[in-house]
Amino acid sequence: MCLGVPMRIVSRDGDDIVAEVDGVQKEANIMLLGEDVNVGDYVIVHAGFAISRLDEEYAEETIRLMKEVFSAEDMQ
Amino acid sequence: MKYQDEFRDRALVETMAANIASMAERLAEPVRFMEVCGTHTMAIYQYGIKSLLPENVSLVSGPGCPVCVTPVGYVDQAVAYSKDPEIIVATFGDMLRVPGSESSLMEERAKGADIRIVYSPLDAVSLAAANPGRKVVFLGVGFETTAPGIAASILKAEQLTLSNYYVLAAHKTMPVPMEVLTSDPELKIRGYLCPAHVSTVIGGAAYQPLADRHRIPCVVTGFEPADVMQGIEMLLRQTLRNEHRVEIQYSRAVNWEGNPRALEVLYRVFEPSDAVWRGLGNLPGSGLAIGQAYGRFDAKRMLPVDLPPPREHTGCACGDILKGKISPFDCPLFATACTPETPVGACMVSSEGTCAAAFKYGR
Repeated sequence: MCLGVPMRIVSRDGDDIVAEVDGVQKEANIMLLGEDVNVGDYVIVHAGFAISRLDEEYAEETIRLMKEVFSAEDMQ
Repeated sequence: MKYQDEFRDRALVETMAANIASMAERLAEPVRFMEVCGTHTMAIYQYGIKSLLPENVSLVSGPGCPVCVTPVGYVDQAVAYSKDPEIIVATFGDMLRVPGSESSLMEERAKGADIRIVYSPLDAVSLAAANPGRKVVFLGVGFETTAPGIAASILKAEQLTLSNYYVLAAHKTMPVPMEVLTSDPELKIRGYLCPAHVSTVIGGAAYQPLADRHRIPCVVTGFEPADVMQGIEMLLRQTLRNEHRVEIQYSRAVNWEGNPRALEVLYRVFEPSDAVWRGLGNLPGSGLAIGQAYGRFDAKRMLPVDLPPPREHTGCACGDILKGKISPFDCPLFATACTPETPVGACMVSSEGTCAAAFKYGR
């Protein structure tokens, strides 16, 4: 039930979107999203509703931090 | 797949494991962190995360699977509805095989009960619109991730002026059980991997009182293996620095305030209530009930049923497993009397359940 997955929006009609992950398309509703989304955006879809838009900048920042070696303080 | 593959990079995860091992050498005593989300539990077993951690850093699963924490009495009420020919029971698929005191929805469906599996709560509203002569009862379980969508379904039913749509609500809310578990001296939890998608709705701020009151590090963590490893790194760093802050590892989807639109819809329909958690009992303020204004959609108010007291299977250790007191492997029924095909307890039913994850990936 709780398997929210990041899906890419492939079409939008009002509050209804079709989003895709790994070639599988699902319909979802965006009325619970507080921000506007468009075709090409990634959203977390949970039980038929998009609940969050994925932020590309933060995703890249996270990867960068993951690759960063720890600061000297933590490694002593 | 974007936003997945890059967080599953084996070399990256191995580097992080090495970092964690070096940090752990500086720990004064072993630490135990709890993940409170079924999807974390699944990812931890699926990717063998525990095998990547040093001996003095352990992970324990908490009450993060909504189906698993749903009490037997709730299943009994759903089973009772399914026996009424006037009623169509609509549910997410993972409630189907959860054993009640006498029966499960799966058994009732085999006997001819009209039970429909839906993907979205809005599908259940459509079902009600298409069947005006019958009542549709939707089984509203889940945490703050699911509750806004179920609230939205009630608003949709109101908009369509439907009088045959009902929700049997047993929603749970997150920070409260974490407070209870933190206070349990037997568990000795030293940090939390806070749920990812619940937090898209409630935000990182929701854990601040917990972190302050119990001086315990909390990191909102994503579901991919590199996310989980980074969440553990962040908890370890706080531990070593003697900090107790709320941090958001899963910043690509979670912010500090949460999703105000989803919260507004949620609290338009629901209000905080006490809730019974399997394994934890009744916890004040840990659930959501349908408020007075939308009471006509509330199955509990509108369609009361008389039920005998619920009975749990003796020997089922779900309760202790949900509290992180024992691992599935310590349960005498695990993989013998209790399997995903013939589950005795709910933890073996949902794919997010600790026992189901341990059965599939952990043996």
